[in-house]
Amino acid sequence: MSEITIAEALNQALNHEMAIDENVVVMGEDVGVNGGVFRITKGLQERYGAERVMDTPLSETMISGMSIGMAAQGLKPVAEFQFMGFIYPGFDQIISHASRLRNRTRGRLTCPVVYRAPYGSGIHAPEHHSESTEALFAHIPGLRVVIPSSPARAYGLLLASIRDPDPVVFLEPKRLYRMMKQDVPDNGEALPLDQCFVLREGKDVTLVTWGAMIHETRQAAETLEAEGIEAEVIDVATIKPLDIETILKSVQKTGRCVVIHEAARTCGVGAEIVAQISEKGLMDLLAPMQRVTGYDTIMPYNKLEKHYMPSVGRILLAVKTVMEYV
Amino acid sequence: MSVVATFEIGYLRILDEEGHLLETIPDFARDPKTLLTLYRYMILTRRFDAKAVALQRTGQMGTFPSSLGQEAFSVGIGHAIHKEDVFCPYYRDHGAMFLRGVKLSEVLAFWGGDERGSHYTRDKEDFPISIPIATQMLHAAGVAYAIKLRKQKRAVLTACGDGATSKSDFSQAINAAGTWHLPLVLVVNNNQWAISLPRDKQSAAKTLAQKAIAGGFRGLQVDGNDVIAVRHAVAEALDRARDGEGPSLIEAISYRLCDHTTADDASRYVNKEDLKEAWRHEPIIRLRNYLIHQDFITEQYDEEIQQACDHEVEEAVEEYLNTEPQKPESMFDYLYAKLPKTLTEQRNEVMGV
Repeated sequence: MSEITIAEALNQALNHEMAIDENVVVMGEDVGVNGGVFRITKGLQERYGAERVMDTPLSETMISGMSIGMAAQGLKPVAEFQFMGFIYPGFDQIISHASRLRNRTRGRLTCPVVYRAPYGSGIHAPEHHSESTEALFAHIPGLRVVIPSSPARAYGLLLASIRDPDPVVFLEPKRLYRMMKQDVPDNGEALPLDQCFVLREGKDVTLVTWGAMIHETRQAAETLEAEGIEAEVIDVATIKPLDIETILKSVQKTGRCVVIHEAARTCGVGAEIVAQISEKGLMDLLAPMQRVTGYDTIMPYNKLEKHYMPSVGRILLAVKTVMEYV
Repeated sequence: MSVVATFEIGYLRILDEEGHLLETIPDFARDPKTLLTLYRYMILTRRFDAKAVALQRTGQMGTFPSSLGQEAFSVGIGHAIHKEDVFCPYYRDHGAMFLRGVKLSEVLAFWGGDERGSHYTRDKEDFPISIPIATQMLHAAGVAYAIKLRKQKRAVLTACGDGATSKSDFSQAINAAGTWHLPLVLVVNNNQWAISLPRDKQSAAKTLAQKAIAGGFRGLQVDGNDVIAVRHAVAEALDRARDGEGPSLIEAISYRLCDHTTADDASRYVNKEDLKEAWRHEPIIRLRNYLIHQDFITEQYDEEIQQACDHEVEEAVEEYLNTEPQKPESMFDYLYAKLPKTLTEQRNEVMGV
């Protein structure tokens, strides 16, 4: 068995679903002949034809708007936005229609679309290419927001998202696209869309994160282990709906919590997690919770991006703060 | 410099204001029964509108957009579309929706604030009324793409107002229709007003129909107050779409004889003389004149139609007013196919559990 990257696992999932379900169609800018700018859709047009792997004109509004009509007819569009920073022209159709079609028609019409977008910083891309605005989507009722962080979860969560009967915003941490490899059997097994993944068990502190920040968080956990601190690492993975139970269970055990995300702090998903822990798990806490996040600034151009992104050092500092309470 | 592209926009009008024929009558309009159906639905739409506005004024319904003066547009397009086609309406298409089988009481429910108004007991594929301007046109393009992908012999019809032609959703629907040669007909109810903005301030383009040219396909104008012309041009465009001959854009010229909605007061910006002149062109009288010239209708039969429409509206109002409201927790019940367990707590809170 050969090991594959997240990029290859996503391609494997798309190929798997297109092969077994003729209603699955892929659409987006440069997804056909070119196989997508990150090659996630590589080879699909050759295999399934240009009608099912559609190179669209350069319009995010068109992509998100048309996907709704296609889905209402029973197709399952997997629509790619080239970068998360370019989603916004298509945002209106997603929040005004895709998320509401089932509710508006009392279940008569539905919208099983997957909106894929590479997101996050760390690849030295130009302005607008490095954003992490998952909180915008997490705020919208009727959507699901999913972020994988390993090849196996990329495969299983994308399969689940395509099979889900409702719209899913599927954000891919592009810094991780080719960072790690894993055995991912092409067995068609999907992962649940409402569960966090506990990546590492520990009794002293709970580190909650998702997307590319898994990388720094795990490094921090290893450093802490050397210092005798056992950190539990949780990959939230399904940002919406949020599996707060798994997080609460962990906090109940550790009494300490640090939430790490790349997005800006104010009204970020970390704020929601911390709020829910305060509402439901305050008495389990031994220390005030900490957030390690991007700053409330415009995402800097790439020469400064490393100063914006949460580093292992910043995570360790936050853990030190919560560990000081006894 | 050489000329690399030229275009022409045709204009179709069949009946003049007095109900005289200006062109050869199309085949479909030789059948008196068809013309009486068109006439009856135009009357029904007007009576329904008047009643809906009255319900709003008396606090029994929410904001409502009347289509007074635009009945030929709505009924013409609704009669042109085949049952197996798909319709993606805008919010002033009630006449067309009635012809599609949407119940009058469902339209009242929608504007009365009840989501069940878009469930449509009789029509399963049409899109619900779209409030955000022009967005429905891209849904229509998506539906048309699915139909084309499956090689079905069906077409899609979508409508909007003149203001909508300024939105990128409209331009992108035009672009998609042309790019994929979609079985799609886009119709514009150019009623001269987008709330308070007149047509000449919406665009410097001489016609809105010519926006099709940018998408690489045909655009034409029709007299939107002439139901025979509207029905004819739209039916022909839909036939072409079903036959694989690609999309069309049809701009129907009418006039909004009413406020934008019940929340608007058009007397603030519409010139009284212009409005008076516009009434001279309204669509119902000219069809009635034609029907009388042809001996297709008598005064007495006309009266019967009016009464039958009033009766149908009254029955719908009764059904609307007597419908039990939805349970509060229903706001959770159609959010997702299966309610995520994280929302159970909120649903229970609404239920007082």
